[in-house]
Amino acid sequence: MLRLEPRPEPSIAMGLLSPLIALLLTAIIAAGLFVALGKDPLRGLEVFFVQPINGLRPISEVLLKATPLVLCALGLAVCYRANVWNIGAEGQLLVGAIAAGGVALWLSGALPGMPRGSLAVALLVAGVLGGMAWAALTAWLRDRCNANEILVSLMLVYVAQQLLNYLVFGPWRDPQGFNFPQTPTFPSSTWLLPLWQGTRLHWGALLAPLLAVAAWVLLFRSWKGYELQVGGAAPMAARYAGFSSRQALWFALLLSGGLAGLAGAMEVAGPVRQLTPYLSTGIGFTAIIVCFVGRLHPVGIVLAGILLSMMVIGGELAQSRLGLPNALSGVFQGLLLFLLLACDTLVGNRLRRRAA
Amino acid sequence: MNEVALLLAATIASGTPLALAGLGLLLNERAGVLNLGAEGMMLVAAIAGFATAFATGSDMLAFAAGAAAGGGMALVFGVLVIGLNTNQYATGLALSIFGGGFSAFVGAGYVGQRLSDRAQWALPLLSDIPVLGPALFRQHPLAWIALLLCVAIALMLYRTRAGLILRAIGESPESAHALGYPVRTLRLLAVVAGGALCGLAGAFLSVVYAPMWVEGLVAGRGWIALALTAFATWRPARVLLGAYLFGGLTMVQFWMQTAGVPIASYWLAMLPYVATIVVLAVISRNPTWIRLNMPASLGKAYHPGH
Repeated sequence: MLRLEPRPEPSIAMGLLSPLIALLLTAIIAAGLFVALGKDPLRGLEVFFVQPINGLRPISEVLLKATPLVLCALGLAVCYRANVWNIGAEGQLLVGAIAAGGVALWLSGALPGMPRGSLAVALLVAGVLGGMAWAALTAWLRDRCNANEILVSLMLVYVAQQLLNYLVFGPWRDPQGFNFPQTPTFPSSTWLLPLWQGTRLHWGALLAPLLAVAAWVLLFRSWKGYELQVGGAAPMAARYAGFSSRQALWFALLLSGGLAGLAGAMEVAGPVRQLTPYLSTGIGFTAIIVCFVGRLHPVGIVLAGILLSMMVIGGELAQSRLGLPNALSGVFQGLLLFLLLACDTLVGNRLRRRAA
Repeated sequence: MNEVALLLAATIASGTPLALAGLGLLLNERAGVLNLGAEGMMLVAAIAGFATAFATGSDMLAFAAGAAAGGGMALVFGVLVIGLNTNQYATGLALSIFGGGFSAFVGAGYVGQRLSDRAQWALPLLSDIPVLGPALFRQHPLAWIALLLCVAIALMLYRTRAGLILRAIGESPESAHALGYPVRTLRLLAVVAGGALCGLAGAFLSVVYAPMWVEGLVAGRGWIALALTAFATWRPARVLLGAYLFGGLTMVQFWMQTAGVPIASYWLAMLPYVATIVVLAVISRNPTWIRLNMPASLGKAYHPGH
């Protein structure tokens, strides 16, 4: 028999290995599921883990989809390290997209005929502010009323989705859009232009690695990051040291809200170029998985963002090429997080053979 | 039936799943475990119940399937959180995310299918009272079971030894352990029981309330049920009251939409979520009030002997 025995120190090697073991286990279970569904398991795994990176164009799509995941997850990592449980990145992303869309509509009326891409930055700024404002609601309610940030931030996701629905079914609906719930396509002046002709990967994607570096500096090379992490790991010690927990709360939420809003604005200015009710397919929730699989570390998050982006695209491919529901991707994502949390037991413990 | 009676009846119907899930979560939290996976358990139970009802036509089997699905998922959560000491927040979130994906995957073939409307039970005599009769006494049996369950859980918590032990492991697991109670086993039992109730709530939604399947059918009710337990300061009767209040709010919203109140339906659809936020803010304002009522070890892992 085996038993768990606590390690004297958490194992760094296991911390890095654990996501890989979890990924391997997910792939094994996935293969089993493909067999159960009557599909060739190797072909199934290929659709999820090989085809998304088979060629430059597919890779550009993976990076395109990884960008908002990484942006949201970087903010969430700061939150979780500070023990602030923001799970409403999805809502902050949607409001960022709404703000960017509003600015695009306004600018396209006020400044017609501007050169391609010249106004994209204004959309991104609006997105950041929109996301920050939405996260500020959660921070304010937590700060003033002590309301649980998990539930408030999650409830605000549903409110944000209804707000988006209201706008695209109502006042912002394209009059020439055959009654489809969508705004007009925004003019080319508001677009984030592609990095290469023929791909959708845009300049904004370069921000993700840059912001990952910035997040690393913030977390591991700045006083503020130190304060945040002490506040998260040992609230009493932080209080004794005079670190303000209120400040940490506001800082973490505004930062993650701003990053999620930026991600939303990039979706609007980049690939989508209009507002629709189906703007986000759970990016803010997938980002939570990215955050944990990436070990709440910026470098890990970039890698995990690419992995989860592959799984999202794999789901789409599974639908078109294998005739399986797109939701399969969600099953694998959930499984991955589950298995990861289970494997993480081995970071703080080790397996020992039980003495007879 | 006149309009008031209809509204009242619908209020109870829409409050019932919240009540069932809220009572289940109350059991969890009284034992000291916070399960953020309620939404995921309800979703998986909803599709399990729906598929069972669709295949067999039996409601009893559908509810059993729902409860088993909820309980099964809660068991996985419990083994991770209690057995392996994983982070309760993260594990609960994982359960919700997995449940969302898994239910959408299994339910893909059922989208757009409908079940026939379910029969209600009318209590003889009482259901003939004007207005109140049809509203309160013509309901699906589960509506009454929720009521009975609330009474049973209240009696269990406050009048039995089992309830005392359950509260003890939520307040002070160290003392309970010192007295010789198997804290972790009991917590696991509470978690599974709570999950089964969430599952029953999910099956009620898809089999009786909707009665159909769409992706994300539960629409945040798992999270609202989590908020309800805090709103109720962890007391069963108040969970029931809160559930009917929220049920009423949902129904007023539908009623306003059909009555042609000149507010866009999207604003009305926000109501339950906004109300949850407002309620949370109001009841949390007084920290001592929450601290006095909240199970003292809620969300904290307990592993004896370390």
